[in-house]
Amino acid sequence: MSWQIIQQSLPMFQKGFILTLQMSALGILGAIILGLMCSLCQYFKIPVLKQIVGAYIELSRNTPLLIQLFFIYYGLPGIGLKLSAYTCGIIGLIFLGGSYMAEGFSGGFDGIPNSQIESGKAIGLSQGQLTRYVVFPQGFALSIPALAANIIFLIKETSIFTVIAIPELTNTALDLIGLYYHTNEYLLVLVVGYAIILIPLSIILTWLERRIRYGTFGD
Amino acid sequence: MTELLRVEHLNKAYGEVPVLQDISFTVNTGEVQVVLGPSGSGKSTLIRCLNGLEPYQSGTIYFQGQKVDPTPKNWQLLRQKIGMVFQSYDLFPNLNIMDNITLGPIKVQKQSKATAQKEALRLLDTVGLADYTAKFPRELSGGQKQRIAIVRALALHPDFMLFDEVTASLDPEMVRGVLEIMANLAKQKMTMIVVTHEMNFAQQIADNVLFLDDGHILESTPGKDFFTNPQTDRAKEFLQSMDF
Repeated sequence: MSWQIIQQSLPMFQKGFILTLQMSALGILGAIILGLMCSLCQYFKIPVLKQIVGAYIELSRNTPLLIQLFFIYYGLPGIGLKLSAYTCGIIGLIFLGGSYMAEGFSGGFDGIPNSQIESGKAIGLSQGQLTRYVVFPQGFALSIPALAANIIFLIKETSIFTVIAIPELTNTALDLIGLYYHTNEYLLVLVVGYAIILIPLSIILTWLERRIRYGTFGD
Repeated sequence: MTELLRVEHLNKAYGEVPVLQDISFTVNTGEVQVVLGPSGSGKSTLIRCLNGLEPYQSGTIYFQGQKVDPTPKNWQLLRQKIGMVFQSYDLFPNLNIMDNITLGPIKVQKQSKATAQKEALRLLDTVGLADYTAKFPRELSGGQKQRIAIVRALALHPDFMLFDEVTASLDPEMVRGVLEIMANLAKQKMTMIVVTHEMNFAQQIADNVLFLDDGHILESTPGKDFFTNPQTDRAKEFLQSMDF
């Protein structure tokens, strides 16, 4: 194990680190938005959209991200849609994460007692008002544990981006190993790189989860 | 007395199982109608039909002489005129007491925040909870929550109130406070339909009693007579079983 080799590789890992963070952030944000919309379609049983969402969730959850990425990166140009690897990666992450987030939100919304909905209706709230003031705040608090687990999961999934040659953390490590064969050193940096992102994030998410739960339900 | 609510030949079934059969009755303005009957007789289902929380298969409800068109949109508009209080209080845990009470007036009736809060404070004062505006439901006892739930319904100034076994899940010592508030409302001539198992209370406030058994109205008797001289054997049996 040579510290010098590690030190020399750090600038390159730093770039990969930033790219992993950036793509994770965009992908997760997109997945949360897509997931929320999907779960609302399902919660309110909106005709047609509900079926489309159902099919999307099955497709997305039951195919590997690797295959989804291949499809987007190599398949879409066949119908004239040529996107950069960077864009493909984010789209892939949103496509995969959207269904997981949708299931997370749905779990939360379904956890709201029916009596809450009825007491909201009883004071004359419209469907939209009911969603905004009762269903969403409570459902969101209930779904945080699932959403937090999905966030961690999606960040780890970005390591697959290496197959479409996006120079994120894993790709950087594999590239360096291929060039210089210092496998131990580069893998160590790789592991530390993910740990630096994931461990603090995991702690923050747990803290947030408790806070939001307490703020909403008081336990 | 003017007629406020009239139900004609209401039928409701869950699948094949009938829960309400040929229900007809009238409630006049200022009247307290108490609905009694054994468990499973359809009491709760009946009053839930009256604000559209339960759909019914046939029959007609007239509200202030107008036939109610039972569409979701129409029920949503009507519900602000119908206060309902549930057995399990169902305050919104994510909102403080003031917001629980003013949500309807501000969002549904488009009152100004100041007006709604002023009225909420006045109502809270009448139930002895004026100091609780900033608290959350979790910080309150069951009895306090139920008093807030009553205030939340009253804040919309409904034309009548539905009470669905509102003391059934309260500790005995909490029950009295809630019943007193309801008795006060009755004194102020609030029109009320009350499902309850509190027989003494029922006798005290009922202008009329609807006695339900197995989805039928077996009798509709003035309150002063029902408890002393019920018309049907089934009602006699029921009163005896309630140790009354």
